Amino acid sequence: MTEQFSHFAPAIPLFVGALLLLVTTGKLRATIMLLAPIAGLLNLLVMPSEYSTSYVIMGLELHPTRIDRLSILFGYLFHIAAFIGALYALHVKDKVQDVAALAYAASAVGAVFSGDLLTLFIYWELLAVTSVLLIFARRTEESRTAASRYLVIQITSGVLLLGGAIIYASAGNSLEFNHIGLDAPGGWLLFIAFGIKSAFPMLHNWLTDAYPEATVTGTVFLTAFTTKVAIYALARGFAGTELLVYIGAMMACFPIFYAVIENDLRRVLAYSLINQLGFMVVGIGIGTELAINGAVAHAFNDVLFKGLLMMSMGAVLHVTGEMRGSELGGLYKKMPKTAVLCMIGAASISAFPLFSGFVSKSMIVSAVLLEGYSPVWLALLFASAGVFHHAGIKIPFFAFFYKPCKHVETAHEPPGNMLLAMTIAALFCVGIGCFPQQLYSLLPYQIEYSAYDVSHVLAQLQLLAFSALAFTWLKLAHIYPPELKSTNLDAEWLYRRLLPDFVFKVGGMISCIDQHIRSRISKIAMHLLDLLSQHHGSHGILARTWPTGSMVLWVAILLGLTLTLYYF
Amino acid sequence: MKKDFLDNPKNVKRIVQALVACCVILFGLDFILHRHTQHPWEEMFGFYAIYGFVSCVILVLLAKELRKLIMRNEDYYQNHQRQHPQRHQQKQEENND
Repeated sequence: MTEQFSHFAPAIPLFVGALLLLVTTGKLRATIMLLAPIAGLLNLLVMPSEYSTSYVIMGLELHPTRIDRLSILFGYLFHIAAFIGALYALHVKDKVQDVAALAYAASAVGAVFSGDLLTLFIYWELLAVTSVLLIFARRTEESRTAASRYLVIQITSGVLLLGGAIIYASAGNSLEFNHIGLDAPGGWLLFIAFGIKSAFPMLHNWLTDAYPEATVTGTVFLTAFTTKVAIYALARGFAGTELLVYIGAMMACFPIFYAVIENDLRRVLAYSLINQLGFMVVGIGIGTELAINGAVAHAFNDVLFKGLLMMSMGAVLHVTGEMRGSELGGLYKKMPKTAVLCMIGAASISAFPLFSGFVSKSMIVSAVLLEGYSPVWLALLFASAGVFHHAGIKIPFFAFFYKPCKHVETAHEPPGNMLLAMTIAALFCVGIGCFPQQLYSLLPYQIEYSAYDVSHVLAQLQLLAFSALAFTWLKLAHIYPPELKSTNLDAEWLYRRLLPDFVFKVGGMISCIDQHIRSRISKIAMHLLDLLSQHHGSHGILARTWPTGSMVLWVAILLGLTLTLYYF
Repeated sequence: MKKDFLDNPKNVKRIVQALVACCVILFGLDFILHRHTQHPWEEMFGFYAIYGFVSCVILVLLAKELRKLIMRNEDYYQNHQRQHPQRHQQKQEENND
């Protein structure tokens, strides 16, 4: 019993923090924002590394908390991300955002420590409703509509999860959330529910549509949680599903084409987020110990380096009010610290040796080669070169270098709390890159792996250096596509353009037919009325007044008839 | 505004030269260092260098072609709302209620 009182369920400190934010203001609120993730992390550290609670509610055995080696690293990660995000958002005076951000982090922590599908569903939906507030909070027309679309898709994912869970459990399985597989009853529904939040191809557009419309600080939180919870859920339920290898390879490749031509730099990062998720999904699909370790490690690193990149672009947006690559450039003159921090993030996502991306991405690529997926290996190499191209070079180049923009005059470094948050993330990126063993020791499987051997380092450096050479040549030869003010059509076109147009056209046709039928019916009704008034109207035959004598005559006739009939 | 390091075209040229030098050295290291390989293609001389360069060029060229297909005006979706003002006015009124 004493053990039960020595700690809380992992999500409690963050949820309590979110509630306290509701009733506090000023410095107290800022302190709670920072302390809640620290308290949560300390609480998690004193918990046993293998732990599970179980209750029976209405005949269902539920496991609201389950901690094991697969989930624990996500737990640490989400607390670190919540702390960095809270520090980054410290200057924001918006209660909605503060409360939503902490509640969102708490939901993510709750989701990865859910031991059963029903608890997972509750946190899954909480993730949707708390995160959407961070998009609404931008308070523009674009953010309002994007948030509505985001919410519909996220809730749909939750409904699919619930449907899948019901089918899964009603086939005699326990609700406990372990390996599911596609062949299990309800397996496909669960797979698609997880797939929506993991941004599978064609189901990905909520991410690139909504994340760039969120607030400066909101996007940093959004980048960290939803997709990583989904990656965890896939790793738990569908590890070793071969289909995921091919889905992941597609996810790694197709977004880089969009990223090259996209103008909104936060949207470029959203596409590159899908590209990085692709690597993780491939790892989960391979399903070997090395591959799962690689996927989890890459999820950990991605939150930090993608967070760092989003924070640096957020800083630019905060200072200049502009996020379009075509309208930016030359900001290194006024924002040198932000530029350096951005480049550390860029080096990490590009998997430069000594930076964090390298130590995790190489695990996945090695696992792919070991299992003999040659085409997928080539696709991942292409994606590695591509990510350096668009996230590693394009982001810093068009924001901080290239031609100086009109904002250079008025630009300045962002507030100290933003710089500090970025510095902490950057330290993690370099620290993990230089000393990966710390991270490796926390991974789900205990295996020996070293990213730093001559073959890996040389191969990666060659790949990156020649990608940079290609960029330089294309830029100098004026082949590289310029940044243009534009919108690029993606899968969202289907529901933002085609579907509304279709509904509008069909609606128009239906209303036309409806009008026609109505006019015909009213004509018939008028005709009937005319007929009625002919017989029953004031001059109609049935409305005429009759003399009393004729009535007496008719009564006599009727009586006579009755008498006659009576005799027969 | 004061001149910065990168405002001087000579410095930019030096950076490009340094990059080219790095590439040459890394390519040359394939002669000296032996890479452990898992895939036969990796044994090809300069495989990673060539693959990195070629794939980036193909990426950019294909992306340029993609632009022809999918690029629209910046206010593409907003314009669409203007084309159907009635529908959106109705929606606005509903929201106001």
